[in-house]
Amino acid sequence: MTSMNFEPIQLTRGQAVRKWIKDHNPPWIALTILFLLLFCGLFANFIVGDPMTNDLKARQIPPFTDIKHIFGTDILGKDMTARLVFGCRSVLMVTAPSIIVALLIGTAVGLLAGYARGWVDSVLMRITDATLGFPSILVAMLIVTFVGTGYTGVIIAVTATTWARFARMIRGEVLSVRERDFVVLAGILGVSPVMIMWRHLMPNVINTLMVMISLMIGQVILLEASLSFLGIGMSPGEPAWGIMVAEGRQQLLTTWWVSLFPGILITLVVMAFNFFGDWLRDYLDPRLRRAR
Amino acid sequence: MSEELLLKVENLRTHFHTKTGIVKAVDGIDFELRKGETLGIVGESGSGKSMTAWSILGMVPKPAGRIESGRILYHGEDLVQKSDDEMREIRGTGICMVMQDPLTSLNPVINIKKQLTETLELEYDEDKPSLVQRAIGLLSSVNIPAPEMRVTSFPHEMSGGMRQRVVGAISISRSPDILIADEPTTSLDVTIQLQYLKLLKDIQEETGVGIIFITHDFGIVAKMCDRVAVMYAGNIIEQADVVELFDNPQHPYTQALLKSVPDLDDDVDMLPTIEGQPPDLANTPSGCVFRDRCPNVADHNPDLGMGLVEVKPGHFVDQCCVMR
Repeated sequence: MTSMNFEPIQLTRGQAVRKWIKDHNPPWIALTILFLLLFCGLFANFIVGDPMTNDLKARQIPPFTDIKHIFGTDILGKDMTARLVFGCRSVLMVTAPSIIVALLIGTAVGLLAGYARGWVDSVLMRITDATLGFPSILVAMLIVTFVGTGYTGVIIAVTATTWARFARMIRGEVLSVRERDFVVLAGILGVSPVMIMWRHLMPNVINTLMVMISLMIGQVILLEASLSFLGIGMSPGEPAWGIMVAEGRQQLLTTWWVSLFPGILITLVVMAFNFFGDWLRDYLDPRLRRAR
Repeated sequence: MSEELLLKVENLRTHFHTKTGIVKAVDGIDFELRKGETLGIVGESGSGKSMTAWSILGMVPKPAGRIESGRILYHGEDLVQKSDDEMREIRGTGICMVMQDPLTSLNPVINIKKQLTETLELEYDEDKPSLVQRAIGLLSSVNIPAPEMRVTSFPHEMSGGMRQRVVGAISISRSPDILIADEPTTSLDVTIQLQYLKLLKDIQEETGVGIIFITHDFGIVAKMCDRVAVMYAGNIIEQADVVELFDNPQHPYTQALLKSVPDLDDDVDMLPTIEGQPPDLANTPSGCVFRDRCPNVADHNPDLGMGLVEVKPGHFVDQCCVMR
């Protein structure tokens, strides 16, 4: 029997990239949509004109009839193309910060409650339950009433209603992970509780977290859209997809495009995040990572 | 064998306060562990072996579990009186534990290097590269081939025996002087078992670590241990040097346990068993805990409370078997 000697095969950069893509099979359509969202959000002011200008002479132009307004204009003659593109920016500016803050609060609460247990767990989880118990739209309305409409108000409202979902989920995961032998062993070896939470519990719940994020992004976009739709989110006239759906609602039979296009975009982005999250969960699991 | 006393457990009682009553998991045990010595604790499931270990480590599940009385003297200091923070310092540096299952004792999502350096950095105030060097050194000391390559592996990329070695390496990473091994070989196949036991012996010879070996396998006891304590229903009912215990068991329970070990030379259809069930630990009989199952109960004095008496130098048996 010959001795087995594995020479590491040197790959060129191009080959390595191709191998990575072949091994991991990233979700191309979802990634393209997310990339376009990011690109449009960052460079909206270079791509299209002002989304706020009313042009009463060019009101309610149907889509695909005028080269200057490909996606038509709304009842005040605002260019739909510009508004749709600027809508990406409001998604980035509201969704991203609210998800990040909700995630940080929720994860911290969940880790602490799950690891400490006892009265800490009881107190934190009763607060979480209370938060989950209220209808999120109602809470958001209350908060916006106090803080005021606009970006800050919406971000605070969305954060206040979503952190509890992260906390609940993470606590449940932590409760099962903390009983496993490696956490006990780390405790025996004198590793401090903070380090146990950070090194042993966090990495084991991060998969769940990633999937949660991708699902929550969709929900947050919908919540923002609902708030704007109800007139307590972004100020009326702002280029947010939710507001646009709301504005178009009254003329749905005549100027249907005002609601339809932002609606389609919300659906696409939410789905893209879900597919991306699904893929990310598999990619982040080391057991699946090298096995393929 | 060196004479330095590492651990002295005196009249340790660990009870659980549950809705159905007080469960006396450990009910008044005494033993000693010296440097370089291996003490085997044998007994059936639920006899209090593991709870003895958790009591020594100060990790009795709270709030139900509580050490009711007794002292655990470690280098002359009573561990029962220590706070959680003080115990955290003592665990790892002084007393460590190897658990049953190598598959779950390692964190599946971080690599071996991180898991080893995590404890090494508590022990040594050094920069990352030298900690990694120490980690590689530890892996080679537990006979892991190609440790430089293995150190970046994830647990799932290793075999069961290799994982158990890595767990061993982690356990000795802070060079403890007491190692508690709680059935560390139950989930390994027999050849790997043998290798692992040899490894533990080698570590002991090199470092002089005192090992408390919890098992129910008398084969392993014979191979590994210097002294043996037999536990039954939260009590130590017999304690002796390993040769003495195998040759001259005094307590009927120990005798029955030894008889139930299968022997290749004898052709038997049925192994002997002990009549009855171990007592409910929330409701143990008064006097001798073994009285309901004891074949010689008529000759004994089962109303005598539990307590060891020395029948020969170094050989202790529960008093009800001896005092008539």
